[in-house]
Amino acid sequence: MSQVTTAARPAAKAKAASKGSQSNQSLSWGSPVVYFVGLLLVALSMGPVLYIVMGGFRTNSQITTDPAGLPDPFVTQSYATVSTSADFWKPALTSVEAAVLTTLGVVLLGVMAAFVLARYQFKGRGFFYSLFAAGLMFPLSVAITPLYTVISKLGLLDKLAGVVLPGIAFALPTTIIILVPFLRAIPKELEEASALDGLTRLGFFWRIVLPLSGPGLITVGVLAFVASWNGYMLPLFVFNTHTPTLPLGVAQFSTQHSTDTAAVLAYTSLSMIPALLFFSIFERRIVGGLTGAVKG
Amino acid sequence: MSTPAPAALSAAAGAGGAGSRPVPARPAKSKRSGRGRTRAEIAILLGPALIVFVGFVMAPMAVAAYSGFYSWNGYGPLTNYVGFDNYKEVLSDPKFFTALKNNLFILVMSLVLQGPLAIVIALLLNRKMRGRSTLRVLLFVPYVISEAIVGVGWRLILGTGKEGGALNALLRAVGLDGLQHYWLNKGTAVWVLLLICTWKYLGYAIILFLAGMQGIPEELSEAAQVDGASFWRVQWHITLPLLGPTLRIWAFLSIIGSLQLFDLVYVVWGKAAPSVDVSTMASYMVLNGRNTLRYGFGNAAAVVMFLVSLVIALAYQRFVLRRDTEGATTDGN
Repeated sequence: MSQVTTAARPAAKAKAASKGSQSNQSLSWGSPVVYFVGLLLVALSMGPVLYIVMGGFRTNSQITTDPAGLPDPFVTQSYATVSTSADFWKPALTSVEAAVLTTLGVVLLGVMAAFVLARYQFKGRGFFYSLFAAGLMFPLSVAITPLYTVISKLGLLDKLAGVVLPGIAFALPTTIIILVPFLRAIPKELEEASALDGLTRLGFFWRIVLPLSGPGLITVGVLAFVASWNGYMLPLFVFNTHTPTLPLGVAQFSTQHSTDTAAVLAYTSLSMIPALLFFSIFERRIVGGLTGAVKG
Repeated sequence: MSTPAPAALSAAAGAGGAGSRPVPARPAKSKRSGRGRTRAEIAILLGPALIVFVGFVMAPMAVAAYSGFYSWNGYGPLTNYVGFDNYKEVLSDPKFFTALKNNLFILVMSLVLQGPLAIVIALLLNRKMRGRSTLRVLLFVPYVISEAIVGVGWRLILGTGKEGGALNALLRAVGLDGLQHYWLNKGTAVWVLLLICTWKYLGYAIILFLAGMQGIPEELSEAAQVDGASFWRVQWHITLPLLGPTLRIWAFLSIIGSLQLFDLVYVVWGKAAPSVDVSTMASYMVLNGRNTLRYGFGNAAAVVMFLVSLVIALAYQRFVLRRDTEGATTDGN
C-alpha cells in the first residue's frame, strides 16, 4: 500500500494531464452548469472572507448604518492603525516563533522516528508505529485539560515551549504516517551501495535519506506550520500573561474592541493573510500531503 | 558536518553501555557491537519523538484518569479523594448530554450533508476546464483560515439580536425582512454551527474527493462510455465504488473532527454556549473544568469524552475501515 502511495503520484499526474481529450466531449453539454456550480461555490466560500476584508475598509458609522454594504468611500485608516499597533505585531511575532519552532521540531523528530520505523527491522516496530498512529484518534481538544495539568507540572505555563512541545507531539502522528511510506520507498540498493562505500546507517540517513526526502519533509512541514499557526486551544490554555498568538489575539481584540467593528474586521483580515499566502505558495504540497495521509 | 562525525557519534553511543572500554571495536566482537550499535541508533533516532509523544499525548490521559478521582483546583497535591463522584456528576449532568447530543448531531449531519454534496460537486469539477486550479484554491480558503478567526468573522456577520449583523441587513436590503432572525440564539444556534462547519470543511472534502478521483484509471470510464453508459451512470457504477477508500477515510476524519469541536463554539458563543444549547463535549469540559478551577472534574469529563471518541473510532475502524486495511495487507494496494 505504502509504496504505491508515493509511486502513484507522478502516474496520477500524467493521467490528469492526458485527460483533456476525453473530458472535452462531456464538457460540451455540462460546461455552463459546471461553471455555474463552480462560481456559486466560490461565491459561498469567499463571500464571508470578502465581507471581512471589505469591512476593514469601512468606517464604523458606515458599518452601523448598513452592515452589509460596500466601502463608500474606501477608508484605509483601520488597516493602518491595526497594522502598526503592537496589539497586532506582538501576537504575529509570537505566532511566527511558535510555528517555526514547532515545524522544525516536528520535521526533525518525525523524520528520525520515521526512518527507524521504515528501515530498521526490530522487535516492537509494529507496536511503535501503531502507538503513533493511535495518536490520530485523540486530537488535542480531548486531551487539553489533562495536558494543561502536565504542562503546568513541567513548569511550562506561559512559556513558548509550553505551546511548542505539545504542538510537536500532536503533529507527530500525521508526520510519521506520511513519512514512513516515503522513506520506505527509497531503494534498498541505495542503502547497500552506501554501506559498501563505508557509510554507516546514520551516515546513510544523514547524507542520502535527508536530501532525498526533501519533498516529503516540505509536505509535513507545511502541514505542521499551518496547524500551529491556526491553533487556538493550546495557546488559550498555556498563555496567560505571555503575548498571545494571532488566533488568540483576534479573539481577544474582538472582545476588547467590540465597539470598533471596523478595526476588528481589519485585524481579522490581516491575521488571515499569512496562512493564505503560505497556503497559496505551498498549495500543491498541502493537497498532496492530505491525500497522501488519506491513501497511506 | 564532516563525514566521520555521524559514524563517530554512533560508535560512541554504541559503546556507551560498555563503560570505560575503548571505543573502536575489535574485529572479533564486531557482530555483537554491531547489534548494540543498531540498538543505540534506534534509541537515538526514535527516542526523542517517543519521549515528546508519550509525554504530551499519552501521559495526559493517564494523569486525567488518575486525577479524575480527586476534587482538585489544578494547584497543589492531589489530596481530596472523591472516588467516582466527578464521573457520576458528569454522567448525571443533563448539560453534558446536551453537549454530547450536539456533537452527535454535528457528526451525523456533517456526514449526511457534506458527503453527498462534496461528491456531486467533485464529480462535476473532475474534468479539464479553464480556471480549475484557481477554483480549487478558492474552495480551499475557508479550510486554511484558523477556526478562531473564522469564528470572529461569522459572529460579526450573524450579529446579535433580531436585526443585528450583516446577514440580517442583507435580508432587509433584498426585501426579505420576514426572514430576519437572531441566528445565534437558542433554536438556530446549533444549525448555525452546522452551517459554519459545512462552510469551512466542504472545500476540504471536495479537494480530497477530487484527488481520489484522479487516482482512478481513466480506461474504466472510457470503456463504459464506449459501451454507451451515460455520464451519471459511469459515475455511479465506476467512479463511486472506486472512490470508496477515500470516502471512508474522509468520513473518519470528519467524525473525529465533529467529536472534538471546540474553537468555533468557544469563539462564537463563549460562555453563552450552554444557555443557547450549542455546547459541545469539549466546550463543556473547558467551561466546567478549567474556567471554574475544577480540574479534577474537567479531567473526569475529559476521560468520558476520550472514551466516547475511542468507542466510536474503534467501532468505525472495526466495521468500516477494516476492508481497506485488509486489502492493503493482502494485495499490497
